[in-house]
Amino acid sequence: MNFTLFVTVIVTGLAFVGFVLVLANLIAPRSFNAQKDEAFECGIPTRGQTWMQFRVGYYLFAILFLLFDVETMFLFPWAVVMRSLGPAGLLSALFFLFILILGLAYAWRKGALRWQ
Amino acid sequence: MFDLQTWTTAIHTWLTGFIPEWTAILLESVVVALIIITLYAVFAIALIYLERKICAFFQCRIGPNRVGKWGLLQVFGDVFKMLQKEIIRMRKSDRFLHDLAPYLVVTASMLTFACLPWNKGGHIIDFNIGIFFMLAVSSIGVVGILLAGLGSNSKYPMIGAMRAGAQLISYEISIGLTMLTMVALTGTMQISEIVQQQADYGWNIVRGHLPALIAFLVYLIAGNAECNRGPFDLPEGESELTAGYHTEYSGMHFGYYYLAEYLNLFIAAGIASTIFLGGWAPLHIAGLDGFNHIMDLIPGFFWFVGKTFFVVFLLMWERWTFPRLRIDHILSLEWKYLMPISLINLLLMALVVVLGLGINLN
Repeated sequence: MNFTLFVTVIVTGLAFVGFVLVLANLIAPRSFNAQKDEAFECGIPTRGQTWMQFRVGYYLFAILFLLFDVETMFLFPWAVVMRSLGPAGLLSALFFLFILILGLAYAWRKGALRWQ
Repeated sequence: MFDLQTWTTAIHTWLTGFIPEWTAILLESVVVALIIITLYAVFAIALIYLERKICAFFQCRIGPNRVGKWGLLQVFGDVFKMLQKEIIRMRKSDRFLHDLAPYLVVTASMLTFACLPWNKGGHIIDFNIGIFFMLAVSSIGVVGILLAGLGSNSKYPMIGAMRAGAQLISYEISIGLTMLTMVALTGTMQISEIVQQQADYGWNIVRGHLPALIAFLVYLIAGNAECNRGPFDLPEGESELTAGYHTEYSGMHFGYYYLAEYLNLFIAAGIASTIFLGGWAPLHIAGLDGFNHIMDLIPGFFWFVGKTFFVVFLLMWERWTFPRLRIDHILSLEWKYLMPISLINLLLMALVVVLGLGINLN
């Protein structure tokens, strides 16, 4: 039943957007103007490319995110059975967490967390 | 507590009595879809109105007051206006990505919306990995936002999308870690089970005392950042980027971003009220049996919505009180403060759980 509902919600979301956009396209007026479909800029024509190399800072944080998000993913199963594993499970997970905190400390020390 | 599951099961058995099972399921799916769309639209409209009024009172203004009594019809007017506006597409934009982005944003927020527990047995999607599923589907929205900036092929949306992407993925870690902390306390990821436990043993924020309180505060900050709101609204900072990643969207195309933004606020507050404040579980004070009985009479739906609107108010308060931050401040707040705090908080919670220090109220 859950999977049926899952698919239902996805279809609902897509249909909701699609239906209203079609409706808007039907009732909205249309007009043509040479300047209208230009990219937005503050008064002057756009210069240069938009799809180009971007500031490296964003990518650094994206890589760090990947690391720590996967970490959270691995910790979820442990969190569920934490109570039954007891102190032994806590010690093993501490070791795992310690390595990750070490990784964060390394990134911090290397200046990866500084905006550049 | 009143269990909605008895009703849904009764309707299902009644339907399968005279039509084949697949038709019944199809019919139920259509009903569920209609319910979702109604709730989605109603809460978005309510939140937009509420935000305008609350923002106005924070700034000593009156807010919308012309359309309808106390400006109640203002949002409906806005929706109909947006519906009549032409949907403009840029000549140089990537048509496919530009059109795909709103679908992703709205579907992601709708999937997360469907996970919220409205009442006992009143949830739509209830996987046994509920919290995990919620985190997974809510991060699809980031893809939609990045595509919006990339597909527009324009400078302002691109900068806005990059900022939004960096900010959203960073704060997702804090959100994940605080949820992880509460999963450690409850020992289950199924959302209905989490709320049921809170109805039995007291709300998580009390039950997990100090670590739960820290997690709640971190969640409030990170939740605001995750909705692109408040002091963290620089992806769409009006004074520098006009509108951020949805600059090139017009009419209803833009309307979907607006809708999803407010629904994400509701979802963030709804998750907070589910995992910290007990979802549909009524307020119980140990020892006061008469008081507890009266509280049980109020339906779970009202408890859930009431708690959610309380958290929504906290988030709006946060938004309209603090000035906007700079991107490096935002990222260092997350990576140098919130994330180490929530990691240590997770360890604290692990200690509380393993040593059995949690408070049991009942």
